[in-house]
Amino acid sequence: MSKIAEGLLYSESHEWVKVEGDIAVIGISDFAQKSMGSIVYVDMPEEDDEVSQDEEFGAVESVKAASDLYSPVSGTVIEKNAALEDEPGLLNTDPYTNWIIRVRMSDPSETESLMDAAAYSEFLDRQA
Amino acid sequence: METLKKTCLYDSHIALGAQMSPFGGFMMPIQYSGIIEEHNAVRTACGMFDVSHMGEIFVTGPESESFVNRIFTNDVSRLLPGHVQYGMMLYQDGGVVDDLLVYRMHEAGTWLLVVNASNIGKDYDWICAAAEGRNVNILDRSGEYGQIALQGPDSEQLAARALGFDLSDLVFYTFREVDFDGGKVLASRSGYTGEDGFEFYASPSVTRKIWSALLGAGVMPCGLGCRDTLRFEAGLPLYGHELGPDISPLEAGLGMFVKMDKGDFIGRNAAAALREKGLDRKLTGIELSDKAVPRAGYQVEAPDGRRIGEVTTGYNSISTGKSVCMAFVELPYSVPGTPVGIRIRKKVFPGTVCGKRFYDKKYKR
Repeated sequence: MSKIAEGLLYSESHEWVKVEGDIAVIGISDFAQKSMGSIVYVDMPEEDDEVSQDEEFGAVESVKAASDLYSPVSGTVIEKNAALEDEPGLLNTDPYTNWIIRVRMSDPSETESLMDAAAYSEFLDRQA
Repeated sequence: METLKKTCLYDSHIALGAQMSPFGGFMMPIQYSGIIEEHNAVRTACGMFDVSHMGEIFVTGPESESFVNRIFTNDVSRLLPGHVQYGMMLYQDGGVVDDLLVYRMHEAGTWLLVVNASNIGKDYDWICAAAEGRNVNILDRSGEYGQIALQGPDSEQLAARALGFDLSDLVFYTFREVDFDGGKVLASRSGYTGEDGFEFYASPSVTRKIWSALLGAGVMPCGLGCRDTLRFEAGLPLYGHELGPDISPLEAGLGMFVKMDKGDFIGRNAAAALREKGLDRKLTGIELSDKAVPRAGYQVEAPDGRRIGEVTTGYNSISTGKSVCMAFVELPYSVPGTPVGIRIRKKVFPGTVCGKRFYDKKYKR
C-alpha cells in the first residue's frame, strides 16, 4: 500500500507537484519509489533549463532500470535538489519531503489537468 | 508465444513473496527482500538461488570423450572424473552457441553439460546435429533436475549445518555425489557470483527438501537480480550480453578457455583465423566519474563523439558504489586508462577504460 500526501497534485506518470504561487515543486510519489526499488542515481536538469508539460526532464535509476521523469508543468528550472546527488536514496526514505526540482511555471493553468490526492488514489486503484 | 515453465521451487517463491519475471522461458524470482540486501548477503555471509532453469544434457557412449572435445573449446582430455571445466560451444564461423560447464562423471564415458536455460533447445539440436554418425548418445534431462546455488563465504559451513554435507575436501570446480534424505545430490563447488559456494543438482523432490532445509537454517533466498549484479562485478560473462552468435570468445577475453593446441574442434579454424588477423574489438571495463548508470546497448563514444562500441552490462556497483560497465570497444580504445564517453539519455558521461573485473573472486583453490 503506497502513501499519498494530501495537498499535492499528481500526474499519471507518478510525479507530484506542490504549488507555491507561480513556483511548482516537483517530486515522485511513494508508489513510484516503491515500484523502482532502491534508487542509486537521479538525473536532474540544470538551473535555467526549460521543461515542458508531459515531456521528459530527467530520470531516476534503480539497480535494475532507469525510469524517465516527466514534467507535470512547463517552465524554467530554478533549482535542483543537490542533496540527491550524494544521497539519491532520500527519494526512497521520504519521497514527499525530498523534492527533485523547483520550476517557475510559464502557464500555471496547466496544473488544472493534474489529479488531487483523492483522484490519484482512485487512479492507483484502477491501475492495480 | 510459448507458455512459461515453472521450476520445482515455484510455489516457495510465491509463498516468500518474490517478485517474479520471465527469464529463459521460465517464471523466475527476480528478488525477494531486495537486490542490494541479497547481493550483500552473498558477499558477506551466504545466500541461495533457485537455478533449476539451467539445462542438463548428458553425453554418453564409447566415443563420448572425443565427441565432447570436438564440440567444446576447453580440453576435456585433461579433465579427471569429479572435475568440472568451463568453456564454450562454437559455430563453424567462430560465434558462440552457448557457454557451459562440462562435468566428467565418475561413471566411465559419461559427461554432464550444464547449459543456459534460454539455449537448451538450440544447444540440444546443435549437439545432436554434430553427433551425426558418431557413437554417442545425447540426452536432455533438464526436466529431471532441480538446481540450487548456495553462494558466499559461509556456504561450506551452512552446507554442513543445514544439510549435513561435509564438503570441505572439495576445491573449486570439483564435485561428488552425496545423499540427502534418501535422495542423490550432485554437489559441485562452483557458482556464478565470484564467491566460494556450491551448486546442488538433484531431483525436483530432493531439491525442494534442500531448499526448505536451507530456508530453515536462515539462508537468505536470492533472486536473479542480484545473481546478475554479482556475476557482473566478478567479470563473468552472460550469454546474450558478453557472448552470443556474433561474438568470438577471443573478443570477450575468454581465450584461456579456447585450447587451440588440443586438436580440431568445431569453430577452431575461425578462432585461429581471427587470432591471425587480430581483433577489431575487445570486451573491456569502463568506469564513469558520475553515478549515472550505463546499461546494455548504450553507445560508447570516442572523445570526438564517434561511436566506438556498445555497453553489454552495466550497474552502479553495489560493492563499490561506482558506476561501471563492460563494453565492446574498438581495439585501440581498449587500453586501460583511455578516456571514453558513454551516452546515457541526452548526455555523454566521461569514463575511463579499465579491467573488466570489478571484484576479486574468492574461490577455494
